[in-house]
Amino acid sequence: MAQPMRIRAKLKGDEVEAKILVQHPMETGLRKNVDGEKIPAHFIKTLVVKYEDKVVLESVLGIAVSKDPFISFSFKGGAKDGKLSVTWTDNLGETRTDSVTVD
Amino acid sequence: MKHLKQLLFFMIALQWTVQVFAESAPVEQGDIYKELIEDGNPAEFREMRGKEVWQQKAGPNNVSLKQCDLGKGPGVIEGAYVELPKYFSDAKKVMDLEQRLIYCKTTIQGLTYEQAISTPLSIAGHASDVEALVSYITAASKGMKMAVKLDHPLEKDAYELGRKLFFYRAGSHDFGCVTCHSNDDKRIRLQSLANLLNPNDAQATYTTWPAYRLSQGEVWSMQHRIIDCLRQQRFPEVTYASDSITALTMFMAKNAEGGIYNAPAIKR
Repeated sequence: MAQPMRIRAKLKGDEVEAKILVQHPMETGLRKNVDGEKIPAHFIKTLVVKYEDKVVLESVLGIAVSKDPFISFSFKGGAKDGKLSVTWTDNLGETRTDSVTVD
Repeated sequence: MKHLKQLLFFMIALQWTVQVFAESAPVEQGDIYKELIEDGNPAEFREMRGKEVWQQKAGPNNVSLKQCDLGKGPGVIEGAYVELPKYFSDAKKVMDLEQRLIYCKTTIQGLTYEQAISTPLSIAGHASDVEALVSYITAASKGMKMAVKLDHPLEKDAYELGRKLFFYRAGSHDFGCVTCHSNDDKRIRLQSLANLLNPNDAQATYTTWPAYRLSQGEVWSMQHRIIDCLRQQRFPEVTYASDSITALTMFMAKNAEGGIYNAPAIKR
């Protein structure tokens, strides 16, 4: 069950600052529950950010990344009202895409 | 001899410098860390979930909690948290937010007390609906001033009991809340310790709970925070939603009077 992300994109000078808060358990597969059973691994493998049709960030995440990860970066070449979309895919094949327009 | 003296002086000076660094630098680093994490607070997601829980029909009566009176009238959540804990005449006792939610679940939704208090605290891999609900309700008091009253005799009693519990030292380590929280500018590793007897610290602390805890990956309510404090003090395990927790909450909430409420926050 892929939950929505919270994305903010703001034009600052000639750069767009993107702040992405993802909802994901990011389970390592190494933790145990209260009954002592292993909690199965469940984590995001890739996260891709596109501005319009152009990829501006391609990242490989893994079990070292925290639960509900927060990712922030800036890129040049964006403009106000441009569309920024974020897509992640996890190890179970689940995927989610959310998008915003640049402020 | 002269050289030795100089060397000795140098070493003392060096040691002093190192000590000063050890005292101040980590706290500054802690502040930078705080700044960095404040931008993305996953507590927002718990607030969204909490809103769903608030509106969801449940229990034998199949009704939502929207008729629950948190002190500002049925269904009003705006500004409710900054006045809690308080005396409720229908229940004839002083209640904190979570006790009041249990009261509503049992009286409005028709759940048994045991059902109403099941899995209130988030554990690894499982977020609690109660803590989501608390996130949603507390968020509706953001920007308001802490205004807990001590008008009713039972409210005064709760405050006094909370004060006693705060100063009460016991257990295998002869520990109490007072051990860590009654001095200015103390810390454990990177975590600066609030002096809850100092109004500024008390306000800054109380107004930022509940909080999304990065170390736990979940929002913790005030109940959860206090239960874990008592565990760390090696006290006997306290019951969820017990009156002693409400008393401690009352003590802290009153001491934070006038502080601007700003939670759910984000913390280590």
